[in-house]
Amino acid sequence: MGYGITLHVKGEYALFTRPELKGERVSYDVITPSAARGILEAILWRPPLKWVIDQITVLNPIEFEPIRRNEVGSKISPRNVSAAMAGTAVDLHQNPVEDRQQRASLVLRNVEYLLDAHFTILKDKAGENDTPEKFYNMFLRRARQGQCFHRPYLGCREFAAHFRLMEEDEKRPVSYYAGESERDLGWMLQDLEYKQETANKKQLYSYTPYFFRASMKHGIIQIPQEVKL
Amino acid sequence: MENMLKNRYDFILYYDVENGNPNGDPDAGNMPRIDPQTGYGIVSDVCLKRKVRNYALYAREGQEGFDIYVSEGAVLNNKQREAYEATGLKTKDNKDDKLTAQAYMCQRFFDVRTFGAVMDTGDFKCGQVRGPVQLCFSKSADRIFQQEVTITRMASTTEKENATENRTMGRKYLVPYGLYRAEGFISPKFAQKTGFDENDLAFFFEALQNMFELDRSASRGKMSARKLIVFKHESELGNAPAAALFDLVEAKLINPGQPPRAYREYEITLDKASVPEGVEVLELL
Repeated sequence: MGYGITLHVKGEYALFTRPELKGERVSYDVITPSAARGILEAILWRPPLKWVIDQITVLNPIEFEPIRRNEVGSKISPRNVSAAMAGTAVDLHQNPVEDRQQRASLVLRNVEYLLDAHFTILKDKAGENDTPEKFYNMFLRRARQGQCFHRPYLGCREFAAHFRLMEEDEKRPVSYYAGESERDLGWMLQDLEYKQETANKKQLYSYTPYFFRASMKHGIIQIPQEVKL
Repeated sequence: MENMLKNRYDFILYYDVENGNPNGDPDAGNMPRIDPQTGYGIVSDVCLKRKVRNYALYAREGQEGFDIYVSEGAVLNNKQREAYEATGLKTKDNKDDKLTAQAYMCQRFFDVRTFGAVMDTGDFKCGQVRGPVQLCFSKSADRIFQQEVTITRMASTTEKENATENRTMGRKYLVPYGLYRAEGFISPKFAQKTGFDENDLAFFFEALQNMFELDRSASRGKMSARKLIVFKHESELGNAPAAALFDLVEAKLINPGQPPRAYREYEITLDKASVPEGVEVLELL
């Protein structure tokens, strides 16, 4: 564990979509470990790095707001792209007027979290010089200067996240829920396990979701570590 | 790839609306969007992206590499397809299908290269393209006032209606005045993946400045881009937190006692002295 970090993240809006409510998106009450990992990876990630979220501190009151937007109903079909590339005349454009869906999102407002995390090094992907010290210091340097690989976001890219490194001796902000002994947040997505396999000379992609029972005690959610990921 | 993006950018665009509806809320019968907690006006990210796409359609119509994937209405530029067919991009190699298809989409479509797209249907997943340009919700500098205007029409739709004295009444919603601020980010690492280069960047900034000029309609009123401030970082990863840079720019009412009705009633200040080292400020507008 030695190389733990604490990141202070905040934003005006956030949408951590519940997988069971994806059509008209409804956010979880708090950030998921998966989304938190995405924020850390936006700052620093290399193939041998695996970020693990240890705990999430919810600093602000949990507030929701509905937003409805015009959206496009379908995705690009890779089959059509291949056909176009092979020279067949297919139309690759999307027409948002004909393919329109008005979809509401129930988003979170004014979120602020402390993310406590550490990383492990995947031995089989690590090179000779890939020491934990190196990555740790790279992360600290980037986070202190506000550097990022790409702008991190709170669930969706339109909801940008601002981040700041919490130094070890820094006083941690107090959660709005510090006085609340326990709140059950129900089953939450912990993370997705992505797999890529070759079977019968075909590339197969799969992902498996893992869930955990989230419980917020005094504003702090402990993330279980024993889940296989 | 000498034209590759090598700097991180964060930008702020100020635009205003006069007697128009910058972005209707489908949940509120097309009234201008508003933040219910504060009364400030908001404009969604996708609303502005639509305008950038439209600008690209008009300004670069028919140019290779500037096709628009999410296009509005009929598709007129099928000719481009022929151009692509002619170049003979081929994908028979199964293993790299995903990347080849992504590269093809990026190369052909300006909006895929800029904003990204999801290619995730069918038998084989092509994953998603994450574009370098990320836009947030715009927010107005002050509370906005939503005004409802009732209008009448002298003609009628049906014969039956025409027989009566009643004329059709309609409704328009407008904001008498609102100065909006959009914040955005450009990540060079993503740009290098999608092929969004320096030329695209220049064109994107051009689009931000001119997109309202080509988006006139009865509902919009007078919308104009007023100020575009770009923070150019010396390094790829950036030299300062975006939030710290955005805080340097502020729009203030010159006479706070009165409801604003024009751009000249605002003063936009940029605290140049506090710009951190390694960050260059470009005032493009």
